Amino acid sequence: MDGLKQKTKQQLIKFDLRTYTMVAVLILIAVVFEILTKGVFFTPRNLSNLFRSMSITAVIAIGMVMIMVSGNIDLSVGSIVALCGGIAAVLQVWHGLPTAVVVAAALILGGILGAWSGYWVAYRGLPAFIVTLGSQLAFRGIYLVITKGITITPISHSFALISQSYLPPAMGIVVGILGGLAMTAMFWLNRKSRKRYGFQNSTSGVFVGKILLTWVVLGAFVFSMNRFNGVPAPVMILIVLAVIFVFITTRTRFGRRIYAIGGNQEAARLSGIDVRAYMMVLYVVMGVMAAISGIMLTSRLDGATASAGTAYETDVISAVVIGGTSMAGGKGTIMGALIGALVIAALENGMSLLNITYYYQSIVKGLVLIFAVLLDVSTQSKKS
Amino acid sequence: MTEYALEMQNIVKEFPGVRALDGVDFRVIRGHVHGLVGETGAGKSTLMKILSGVYSHGSYTGKLVVSGKEVAFRGVHDSEEAGIGLIHQERMLFPELSVAENITMSTFGRLVSLHKMYTDAKKLMDEVGFYIEPSTLVKHIGVAKQQLVEIAKALALDAKILVLDEPTAALTDKEIDSLMKLLERLRSRGVTLIFISHKLDEILRICDEVTVLRDGSTIDTKPIEELDEKKIISMMVGRDMVNRYPPKVPCTSEEKILEVHNMNLMDFDEPEKYILKDIHFYLKRGEVLGIAGLMGAGRTELVNSLFGDFKGKMTGDIYIEGQKVRIRNTADAIAAGIGLATEDRKFNGLNLGGSVGDNLIITSLDRYCKYGVINENQSVHTALGMLNQVKIKTPSLETLIMNLSGGNQQKVVVGKWLLATPKILIFDEPTRGIDVGAKYEIYSLINELKSQGMSIIMVSSELPEVLGVSDRIMVLREGQISGVFEEEEATEVRIMEVAT
Repeated sequence: MDGLKQKTKQQLIKFDLRTYTMVAVLILIAVVFEILTKGVFFTPRNLSNLFRSMSITAVIAIGMVMIMVSGNIDLSVGSIVALCGGIAAVLQVWHGLPTAVVVAAALILGGILGAWSGYWVAYRGLPAFIVTLGSQLAFRGIYLVITKGITITPISHSFALISQSYLPPAMGIVVGILGGLAMTAMFWLNRKSRKRYGFQNSTSGVFVGKILLTWVVLGAFVFSMNRFNGVPAPVMILIVLAVIFVFITTRTRFGRRIYAIGGNQEAARLSGIDVRAYMMVLYVVMGVMAAISGIMLTSRLDGATASAGTAYETDVISAVVIGGTSMAGGKGTIMGALIGALVIAALENGMSLLNITYYYQSIVKGLVLIFAVLLDVSTQSKKS
Repeated sequence: MTEYALEMQNIVKEFPGVRALDGVDFRVIRGHVHGLVGETGAGKSTLMKILSGVYSHGSYTGKLVVSGKEVAFRGVHDSEEAGIGLIHQERMLFPELSVAENITMSTFGRLVSLHKMYTDAKKLMDEVGFYIEPSTLVKHIGVAKQQLVEIAKALALDAKILVLDEPTAALTDKEIDSLMKLLERLRSRGVTLIFISHKLDEILRICDEVTVLRDGSTIDTKPIEELDEKKIISMMVGRDMVNRYPPKVPCTSEEKILEVHNMNLMDFDEPEKYILKDIHFYLKRGEVLGIAGLMGAGRTELVNSLFGDFKGKMTGDIYIEGQKVRIRNTADAIAAGIGLATEDRKFNGLNLGGSVGDNLIITSLDRYCKYGVINENQSVHTALGMLNQVKIKTPSLETLIMNLSGGNQQKVVVGKWLLATPKILIFDEPTRGIDVGAKYEIYSLINELKSQGMSIIMVSSELPEVLGVSDRIMVLREGQISGVFEEEEATEVRIMEVAT
């Protein structure tokens, strides 16, 4: 028993270690770029830019966490981004439809594209890797057929607002304070119930430290965003989606069952879970999330380009795996994936500031993906 | 002076946090059949992995002497070279290759001569005493034949010491008989055999000496003349086990909670072939119905179909508490009040990456949910209650389930089904791979559930267990019911008569 207790404690520490390592890596990357760029990295304008570009991939990462926790993968997200963002642009620029309509159309299309892959994976038992690899190519092809590879621009002002507007500074402060209060309350309630259930809690020092850190990070974030126009709208979209899906994955029957499916699909099926229906739903959700990302991208670029969303799957999967989601399924968190997305966005942003070309950036990003998976696989094998 | 084929001295093997072997001494006399017994987790497999080079020299401490020479294996290849062959519990054959290819796999050179391969394979099959067309694919032959192929493969490497890990687990009595005869023949040819088994009657039948391991230490090595089943068990458990089964609670109710009429199940790939045929039976409230039969008789298929987990076409009527129910999938079965604690915990019983709590509540999530949102307070308290009820030894609900012992994992499986509050709980091989003490606790639990009015179906390939726990025993043969016995009229002999 004591041995087991010891083991659990070690696991807690080990888990936290991984989170801390991730944050430490993030800080390290930031400091290195700050030095290399001679102070440009930490300017409010650049940080605002970094968070805006990060939010576009991070939205997909939220969906990808759930897909990967269930033991699958989706390689077609980049093409869904392109196709949905592109359709939105086409409908508006060529056909003059209002923003609300084109956004709705893109979201529905995203769901349909997700359902396409989901059908083959869930109901026909094809390997997700192959199905979504095929979808990736096919969706990209459809997109190029429709747009003939030309850039479609300009979109209306209201469409552009989705990615190009900012919260007024005063409102940013109010939202920041409300968010801080909400998180403090959540930490406190969580701690109280854990105590009641007899679970292990961190020491009160760590607890207070965690709350203080939350306020410092929030404060620093709002302050620096406010020094440049305010908190960007896409970041707000990301935060709202993240809150919703953190709740879904941790506090709902749906969420618990995703983890059960990924942990052991056979056991889940024998526990009365309709595994196929769950997978189908997850792919539809994934498609919709990629469509949201596509809308954000089109809005940010003022139109749709032929290369939109290219290689997003690499960035997203890297972010998710860096964030502690297991390639084998059953394990992973949305918060982790968001930090992972920040790591990837920081890398990309820093390299661009240093005028490192896209060619070299690709090499770095590819290697990062492999090392992230290596980290996952080596911790997996140690366990068994 | 006795000549040892193998001496392992003061072997210590540590895994992070666990000392799996704590100074084990193990000596095997040349040309003898040596039994190795111990509860699950006693260290048998670890010891054999050291012997066969899976754990290379340097990853353990102690001395390994083969035929009088100290050896240091760097890998499996070195141990094969030294004449050690290991027949694993799980078959290690290539199902898509032919019998001849499998047998000669490790011996043919870079270029394969088909002629030599077939003649070699035939010669080895002769030695082992069986014949199959050498070009037959291994996936097309039965389990018992596959085992013989494994033995032939080991002999191809000129094995002087042959380790058999639970070789009879999947065999019928007849096949066990012929295996025993083969082992005797090999012994008379001078091959040294190490025989690992949970079945003590086999140990007593074939072995010359027996070594008992417990908690990673050698308890004793004794010649077979000084031992009997009771003595071996008390050495394994470390105390006298007076009863292996708790006293039975009589079933008093006459109410039939489950009735199955005319159930047939067709094969998924060959729709003309019956897997189950003309199945009629009933189950009373508070009764334990044991299902016996040989491997492949349809026991698991029967309970899985009842639980809505089948692939082919199923026909027949199922009544629960007099109501006709339709069971198309596992969710239907759970809704109808049936639970199934599966045979293989790791494969389909538990989410091994999850915590104890996650696993406990997964079948009963609906109870804690309102609009799909979980009431954490309720779910945690229910799970904590279950920890006490089935006596799961765990530091916390958040402990990862893979850190629990097999017996405790099995209790989690039972617990998760109890939380789903079934009227009928099916146990498929409830005590496979768990030790004698934990078995007793599982039996007690079954008794307790029964006295609370739950009805239980238990499938087991261990006849003593079926006899020790059931009120009534139903025997299957080739997909059909071949006999039903009340508790008082059931004996091992009568059951085996109708099972074969």
